[in-house]
Amino acid sequence: MLSGILVFNQKGENLIFRAFRSDCRPRLADIFRIQVIANPQVRSPILTLGSTTFSHVKHENIYLVAVTKSNANAALVFEFLFRLVVLGRSYFGKFDEEAVKNNFVLIYELLDEILDFGYPQNTETDTLKMYITTEGVKSDIANSPSDSSRITQQATGALSWRRSDIKYRKNEAFVDVIEDVNLLMSATGTILRADVNGQIVMRAYLSGTPECKFGLNDRLLLDPTTSGANGGRSGGGSGSGGGSGNKHSTRAAAGSVTLEDCQFHQCVKLGRFDADRIISFVPPDGEFELMRYRATENVNLPFKVHPIVREIGTTKVEYSVAIKANYSSKLFATNVIVRIPTPLNTAKTTERTSQGRAKYEPEQNNIVWKIPRFSGQSEYVLNAEATLSATTHQKAWSRPPISLNFSILMFTSSGLLVRYLKVFEKSNYSSVKWVRYMTRAGSYEIR
Amino acid sequence: MSSAGDAKLFARSRLCSFHIPKFAITMFVGFPHHILLSSRDVQTSQGKVAELRQELNSGGKKDKNYSAKKIALKKIVANMTMSNNDMVALFTDVIECMTLPSLEIKKMCFLFLVNYSRLKPEVAMKALPILVDDMDDTNPLVRALALRTISYVHVREFVEATFQPLKRLMQDNDPYVRKTAAFCVAKLYEHDKKTVENSDLIDRLNRMLKDENPTVVSSVLAALCDIWGRSESISLTIDYVSASKLVSILPDCSEWGQSYILEALMSYVPQDTAEALLLAERVAPRLSHQNSAVVLTACRVILYLMNYIADEKHISSLCRKLSPPLVTLLSKPPEIQYLALRNAILILQKRPEVLRNDIRVFFCNYNDPIYVKVTKLELMFMLTTKENISIVLAELREYATEIDVHFVRKAVRAIGKLAIKIESAAKQCIDTLLELVDAKIPYIVQEATVVIRNIFRKYPNQYESIISNVIRNIDDLDEPEAKAAIIWIIGQYADRIENSDALLQDYLATFHDEPIEVQLALLTATVKLFIQRPTKGQQLVPQVLKWCTEETDDPDLRDRGYMYWRLLSTDPATAKQVVMGQKPPITAESEKLDPRTLEELCLNVGTLATVYLKPIHQVFRAARPRRLQPSPALQSPPQEDGTAGLLEYNPPAANPGSSSTSNSGLATITTTGNPTSPVYPPPRPAYAVEPNAGGSAAGANAINAADQYFQGIGSQQMAAMDLGGREDGGVGGGGAPQSQYVVTQNQQQAYQPQYAGGAPTGELLLL
Repeated sequence: MLSGILVFNQKGENLIFRAFRSDCRPRLADIFRIQVIANPQVRSPILTLGSTTFSHVKHENIYLVAVTKSNANAALVFEFLFRLVVLGRSYFGKFDEEAVKNNFVLIYELLDEILDFGYPQNTETDTLKMYITTEGVKSDIANSPSDSSRITQQATGALSWRRSDIKYRKNEAFVDVIEDVNLLMSATGTILRADVNGQIVMRAYLSGTPECKFGLNDRLLLDPTTSGANGGRSGGGSGSGGGSGNKHSTRAAAGSVTLEDCQFHQCVKLGRFDADRIISFVPPDGEFELMRYRATENVNLPFKVHPIVREIGTTKVEYSVAIKANYSSKLFATNVIVRIPTPLNTAKTTERTSQGRAKYEPEQNNIVWKIPRFSGQSEYVLNAEATLSATTHQKAWSRPPISLNFSILMFTSSGLLVRYLKVFEKSNYSSVKWVRYMTRAGSYEIR
Repeated sequence: MSSAGDAKLFARSRLCSFHIPKFAITMFVGFPHHILLSSRDVQTSQGKVAELRQELNSGGKKDKNYSAKKIALKKIVANMTMSNNDMVALFTDVIECMTLPSLEIKKMCFLFLVNYSRLKPEVAMKALPILVDDMDDTNPLVRALALRTISYVHVREFVEATFQPLKRLMQDNDPYVRKTAAFCVAKLYEHDKKTVENSDLIDRLNRMLKDENPTVVSSVLAALCDIWGRSESISLTIDYVSASKLVSILPDCSEWGQSYILEALMSYVPQDTAEALLLAERVAPRLSHQNSAVVLTACRVILYLMNYIADEKHISSLCRKLSPPLVTLLSKPPEIQYLALRNAILILQKRPEVLRNDIRVFFCNYNDPIYVKVTKLELMFMLTTKENISIVLAELREYATEIDVHFVRKAVRAIGKLAIKIESAAKQCIDTLLELVDAKIPYIVQEATVVIRNIFRKYPNQYESIISNVIRNIDDLDEPEAKAAIIWIIGQYADRIENSDALLQDYLATFHDEPIEVQLALLTATVKLFIQRPTKGQQLVPQVLKWCTEETDDPDLRDRGYMYWRLLSTDPATAKQVVMGQKPPITAESEKLDPRTLEELCLNVGTLATVYLKPIHQVFRAARPRRLQPSPALQSPPQEDGTAGLLEYNPPAANPGSSSTSNSGLATITTTGNPTSPVYPPPRPAYAVEPNAGGSAAGANAINAADQYFQGIGSQQMAAMDLGGREDGGVGGGGAPQSQYVVTQNQQQAYQPQYAGGAPTGELLLL
């Protein structure tokens, strides 16, 4: 497993060096600096030299590096580095060079706690914050043996993500369904790829040890005939093949959704889900990501884009971009931003829009068209012209795709709905649940 | 308050520690003002230490909460990493603080100890009694902290002092202490193998598998696997009952604990196909975990268990479960995507049905990092079929207009390779290539020239109509590989290209300045020209032969020159047969992993080796090899080239020690006397090729040796026919380029994926 964790700033200064095994020598810091930070050609997050492997991620202005010897579990290494980022952010707000320099002691203390002999240990923020805190004084709670036992039970227990003594006067749970819709459309208007990456984020403010049950309009759950026919393979069947395509669409119309795949927070009982597709869990306190899902069938694309780009000789490019909102007129999208790439040698541009504002951003080589509020079923057009300066370059302009950004409340591209959220707790309190839907642009590109 | 102090201090100490040596040198050269600066700097460094020492010892009795000490210690820790070991001077002072009744101070002191004990073991000794004391503390956090700390210190006395308390703490009533103790055994094993093997620690660790706390059990398994990985003389076996028990505690473990348990399950060898199936189905829910380490390790276990499952229906049902999670990993950060993609390449070769997905999920996004794009490109190439070639070609054409030169070239090369892979689509691929060539971007033209040469080799006499399109760009070619390719085309089709002699003559004018690759191509092409059009070639040939035989130092060029010379002067008819004869066809599939490597990598899904897709011992020489273990339930793998089947049944040498191993614990780890004996489960009589006499074992060894030999031959042949192998296509394949290929295959020193955009990571589309 991990031999050491190193943190560098962008200049290559080694800020944190923690070895967990004797094979992690100090000179490895120099090797990483020379081979990765000082090397502009680096094109891989993994570098193996001799028997030493450096796996790194960049976050803000720091490099987080894991040193391993031999053939380590690479997925675990990267998951750990990302977890370190999450922890850093939850402790310091922003996890950057300044935060590291201001919190050496705390970071070393954390590393000592979450890795033993290079094996990741409990990394749950909630538990860690019980005894590793930014204000040193508080952590002296851990000086008393009885409190310590509570901490150790928590850190090694089956519910390591939740303290047992949580109390709220008002029990509430907020569910946010956030979908990133991805589109890749060819210049001729063919949809090359359209899918949805969904995320269900929950903020649970619930007392005690609540058992939650969560229901979606998942096709496999709602339609017992298909889930029965599919037998053991309830883990989401993309392999179901093209033959049943028609069946899917009729079901979607009837209000159920086919989830290609789901991934859950570790609090969710995966065995239950696999057996009868019931999402049941004891939530951590506060905000967490309950699940992620993927849907590829019947994706509702919120915007249709019709771009016409004409290169006139070598001196001019003409654009006409029409965008139509494809959702109900009761809804509206906010912060719609359309980025229209221009050639590198653009000298000047003129834009006309039927809604919103367009502006040329030379440093990005983009015309940026912003529409703060875009109501459903409406259609807007941008006409623009880029005048090009003469260049010696003969290379044709590699036309990057037009990309969109937006967010729409109370709309899901996949059609997913939360059917219920039930909370069971032994004290039998009543709780208030809220649900919110939002669809955002993931990578929404038109070539 | 302390935070600002830390930052300031940090900057100052950095300045002096980095600059001292430089100024010290200039001092002797004699710049007075530098002497001044230098001495002041040294003073600051020493002064800093003195200042911190004073701060540490200040406060006295008035300092009730030791806040002054805490601040001083914080500054010391802040300086540890960056000030070149200046802080080691404070070792004694820091140790004195260890006894203070504050966990916060203790933690800082321990950290200091772990960091510097190796530099000053004699000072570190003073901390030993304190640590031993703390392992008896009433506070479980303190006990665990002391145990964790003492076992990090790589000093003999510390290691020796750990053994006795460790045995007690392994039975501590606090699970947190017990899990720390479990890892501690693995740590001691790293410090001192012998003593641990001679003690009963490993037995005790085995017994801890019965612990009622899942976190402790998963920690014990991690420790056992760690120990297993370091010793050839230790075997790890898990029987079905234990494996089943482990799977049942999975839901109660943290995500990391789940990964450790899943890793350990790789040591379970199913003896019965129903057991394998049941276990695989019980592991499958883990594929929905949010942590990609759990997902990929679960994939590994399921793929492994499939080797022992007989029923094809169940296999394909499991395969269907693997597919969606792998695709979902593509919505994770790029580093995880990269891993998922590399593993997809692997799994695709082993179980093609897993990724019978829509190929579109592997289309590149404009903003994907280059390492993700290049890997997606490889997968697209592998997944392209007659049915989807049109959309793939449209996509590749799009990539060919992007900015990254390396990526563009790979896209072009992929188009060419698709022409070779899918015969019915060759025309379509060629049209796409010609369209790209028309854009006249030099590196695209060069790349296209090379792949078109390969297309000609694959489909002789079919697409010659495009020769003129290729020749048109002859002046744009400046890379040796592209030049060699066009020269090959000119030579091969000398009778169809009107001005072939003139074209060759242009190149021959600079013959002596060309790299060897081009010279070899020129020699062969000139001979081909002479054979096909004697009147045109008769003036060129003697001249080129003379250059090659008399005016060059290169042995290959000279040898080939002589060979042609003799051939032509002895029997022109035979010469024609030899030079223009039919050559073995090339294929696009030659770069598949060989079955042995594939098997090995599939047992290591999710590990670093899967990024490189090379035999593991080539990249990680110290890694302990994993092989599929024989059992009555083991299904023979798909016969790829005939030798694979036999290799599976690599009969292990008799291992009497391990038959008695599956006794008490959930899993068992045992030391055996023979350090070279491979690990395998208790032999079963049902196993057909079981060696029970020395004679049959020797026979099996001979078979293995033969297999390996023939396998070697096979891969060499493939190398010779390899598309990306850069041989010039002359008679029998060039000697030099081929050996070059072999060298890179076996190169073991360093893998530096960044230099060629990840090319050495075993990409299929060699550039």
